Amino acid sequence: MDPITTSTLCVGGIGLASAAALAVAEKYLSVPQDPRIGKVTEILPGANCGGCGYAGCADYARAIVVDNAECNLCAPGGAACAQAIASFLGRAAAAMERRVAIVLCCGDDTEALRRAAYNGIADCAAAQATAGGDKGCTYGCLGYGSCARVCPVNAIRIANGIAKVDKALCIACGKCVAACPRKLIKLVPAAAEIHVLCSSKDKGPAVKKVCGTGCIGCRICTKLADGAINMDGFLAVVDYAKPLTNEETVAKCPGHCIRKDPPASVQPPTPRS
Amino acid sequence: MATIPSPHTFRGGIHPAYNKALAAAEPIRELPLPARLTVPMSQHLGAPAKPAVKVGDTVAGGQLIAEAGGFISAPVHAPAAGKVVALEETLTASGRSCAAVVIETASEQVWQPLPTFPEWRFTTAKQLIDHIGTAGVVGMGGAGFPTRVKLSPPSDKPIDTVILNGAECEPYLTADHRMMLEHAAEIRIGAEIIRHILGARTLRVAIEDNKPDAIAAMEKVFQDMDGDVAVTVLHTSYPQGSEKQQIFSVTGREVPRGGLPMDVGCVVENVSTAFAVFDAVVNGRPLVRRVITVTGDAIAQPANLLAPCGTLYSDLVAACGGVAGRAAKVISGGPMMGFAVSSLAVPTGKTASGLLLLSPKKITGFTSQACIACGRCVDACPMRLSPAELSQCIEADDIDGAEQIALMDCIECGSCAFVCPARRPLVHHMRRGKAAVMARRAAAKKTP
Amino acid sequence: MKPEAPSDLLIISSSPHAHCGESVTRIMLDVVIALMPAFAMSLWLFQWQALRLAGVCVAACLLTEWLCRRAMRRASSLSDGSAVITGLLLAFNLPPALPTWMAVAGSVFAIAVAKQVFGGLGYNPFNPALAGRAFMLISFTGAMTTWSRSPWIQKVAYAAGSATTQATETAVDALTAATPLGFAKEALKAGAPMPLFSDLGLLKDFFLGNVNGCIGETSAAALLLGAAYLLIRRVITWHIPVAYLATVLVYAAILHLVMPGASLPPHVHLLSGGLLLGAFFMATDMVTSPLTRRGMLVFGVGCGVITMLIRTVKTGAYPEGVSFAILIMNAFTPLINRATRNRVFGTKKESARS
Repeated sequence: MDPITTSTLCVGGIGLASAAALAVAEKYLSVPQDPRIGKVTEILPGANCGGCGYAGCADYARAIVVDNAECNLCAPGGAACAQAIASFLGRAAAAMERRVAIVLCCGDDTEALRRAAYNGIADCAAAQATAGGDKGCTYGCLGYGSCARVCPVNAIRIANGIAKVDKALCIACGKCVAACPRKLIKLVPAAAEIHVLCSSKDKGPAVKKVCGTGCIGCRICTKLADGAINMDGFLAVVDYAKPLTNEETVAKCPGHCIRKDPPASVQPPTPRS
Repeated sequence: MATIPSPHTFRGGIHPAYNKALAAAEPIRELPLPARLTVPMSQHLGAPAKPAVKVGDTVAGGQLIAEAGGFISAPVHAPAAGKVVALEETLTASGRSCAAVVIETASEQVWQPLPTFPEWRFTTAKQLIDHIGTAGVVGMGGAGFPTRVKLSPPSDKPIDTVILNGAECEPYLTADHRMMLEHAAEIRIGAEIIRHILGARTLRVAIEDNKPDAIAAMEKVFQDMDGDVAVTVLHTSYPQGSEKQQIFSVTGREVPRGGLPMDVGCVVENVSTAFAVFDAVVNGRPLVRRVITVTGDAIAQPANLLAPCGTLYSDLVAACGGVAGRAAKVISGGPMMGFAVSSLAVPTGKTASGLLLLSPKKITGFTSQACIACGRCVDACPMRLSPAELSQCIEADDIDGAEQIALMDCIECGSCAFVCPARRPLVHHMRRGKAAVMARRAAAKKTP
Repeated sequence: MKPEAPSDLLIISSSPHAHCGESVTRIMLDVVIALMPAFAMSLWLFQWQALRLAGVCVAACLLTEWLCRRAMRRASSLSDGSAVITGLLLAFNLPPALPTWMAVAGSVFAIAVAKQVFGGLGYNPFNPALAGRAFMLISFTGAMTTWSRSPWIQKVAYAAGSATTQATETAVDALTAATPLGFAKEALKAGAPMPLFSDLGLLKDFFLGNVNGCIGETSAAALLLGAAYLLIRRVITWHIPVAYLATVLVYAAILHLVMPGASLPPHVHLLSGGLLLGAFFMATDMVTSPLTRRGMLVFGVGCGVITMLIRTVKTGAYPEGVSFAILIMNAFTPLINRATRNRVFGTKKESARS
């Protein structure tokens, strides 16, 4: 036989044999798995962000079906996904509210002092470990982008030396919360619009020395917020369990650290697979 | 007593410009007592001390103002008599903040000594160790490990060799050098006490060959000491003062990975620590002050100042004629392992032996260039690691990979970054990697 | 409103706060200086062609690097000087009559494909200049193996001519076999006796560079001068070049001992082809060679063995093997690095294995 025929027969034969072997293996060597796991995996958005606390969507699906895990742990999937999984499995769906990450600091380089010139790795934890960081405020955002780098959907942008989360893109996986060495980032309800963008626990005069837009602990907002803002020492903190709509809190804050966001969707963004 | 050249020297290391001439000839000068002392609670390795005084209390010099915060900890004593005016957070050289007792010093000084042990040769080791602990003596070579713990090795680790570390391998620093010249006799007594406590046979005084006058001074006082005593002259190389490297250079023994000097029967103590042991045992003085070399090309009059703990860096700089020109970097310690500080409002402690002010001319910044695999860092590393590969792993967040190639053996001496032509912040990468490994280990301990 | 900033901020960084003063640019500058004697010789031997090729390659490399960095939205890396070196080394590997457009194509390949695509300096697994040369050798084989006629050919023909008339005719007419190694390979294939090149006058030509070859690889004297500069300045260490050359020497010596009629004497091997250029300037490229001294020795020996295999195997296609040998060993560098790490201080010697 000429080489072309020999080669074709050989390679073709190997291919056929491999296919047959695979078919046999698929039938006789397959690990039995509850077919519902596959279906739940399909319902989940497939972002594999780990925000649910499991190792990817397939693992979470297995946990839901086998370990009876809650159906509403998937932030990118949102309420729609939780509902779909619950109805597929015949379970009651727990309520789910879309959350987003927010950086509780508005002291960018136009407002907040840098107390030293940092020369080193552009990583917030590394900067924090170097003489306590180069920002005058020891609580404020250092702006070296550790949070932006871990975000799986590129929802965080560094502008003017601080980080800002784009609410429209955020899937609330929680990676940025873990990455921030100063624990500035919190997961809050997406529907909440008014936030106190400061985390400084220093007294008013100390805050003013290092930042023009920090919370000075004047308590004006607590009086206007009807219980939705409380003081933690010298820092005003929003209680997101209570409704907060009074825009006077924004207008009357002398430090201009209370800001109102434009409205955000209650549906999480569709993750790109 | 003999003077012997060191039989070995460690592989690797660097030879930086030493610049010791700036301060080497300056005799130790006592700083006039500052009006205010901000005494940190964390001047040692281990748990911070817990304040034992309240605002408004009057304290005498030498009085206990904070108790040890745990087993690996040390008490803190008042460096001078005065009134406690505040208990507040202070910035430390490492960048972290810690609690501090602020004392306004009195014009009339009162001193409250601890008990003394003039007959220490006939005192039990346990009594001496407890006393050294009570006196708050910690390692003064930079790490601040509580001496009481170091001098109490477990019984299955017998010590046969005590090494007195007079290397002072960091550039610019001359505090230990001046101590050896001016307080040789006291250092000898301290060394004898240490050897007595440990029951060791051999004593070696290790000094680099760039300090011939210190070698002569130590030879003279150790001349008539009994037992196997010698001054070992070390090859001048950084980091000859690092414990593991020094033990190798003096004895040829390698401390096993993850181990301690006691695993090879050795204990290394800095010459200033030996002095502090003498001071505590013979004079009943707790450790409340130390010699600090204030030097650099941005300080008007470099000096070796004897300063009480809690003195602010700004006071030290003022006592040396102030800044000359512009200081671009202020470093607590030496240039190789010291901490760059962001302000002069940092207080001194028991451990840092230098304050370095460098002008912009002396600054070489780190860059974000990629590693060009030239291998100079591999040649320089005294622990024989591969900093090039380690930093590449850590940059790529491959912490496990870095741990597998001995990341945790790094002593952060800075030799690698010193020679790197791409000026990569190698030690910064190592620190970041090590912090990630420690965090993982801590998290693993929590999850069952 | 932002509070008043203090006028002079202190610099904070991790330790160490001292540096030896070396930089990548300084190292690259030293390499360029080391290449100047060879460049000067090439100008003397090949005149306008050498200048043209060197200029074109360096310019094309610089331009390609700048464009690539722009396209990748990274900071410009021209200041580190590595593109200049790639251009010079690539040019030194080209025959004098090579058309300009081919030199440009090779330069673009060397920088864009062999270097920038991987991330730039430090990330490339292969020596860019050699990768460029390999690309050109395979794509433009004819032009890359065409040497111009020169009086030298007559000399060699005379030396070889005493053996057979056939060899003489082949020598004078064949343009492709006009380098010493080319001659040897043709002779080997034809079963003709090897030209011995033992005439001392001829050896002097080898040493000074008055032979045919690529513009930078011909003059052993100039290359050794440059190599000495690199060694003194500690840009390279002796390990790779010595391991490489020693391996070639030993291999060639053994071969010549066993088969004197069918092999070239060792000194000819050492002085021919791009061996000296390769051993001192290409194999020692930091990015693509191992980190440790032990690893460098292994690397050098490997390069030597592969070079000689390519040169001497009778059925082989190439008379010259330096470029491919180094490229193949570049691929092994990560493995060599893993296998030749230093023993960590404090590891028990018996159990020392990373």
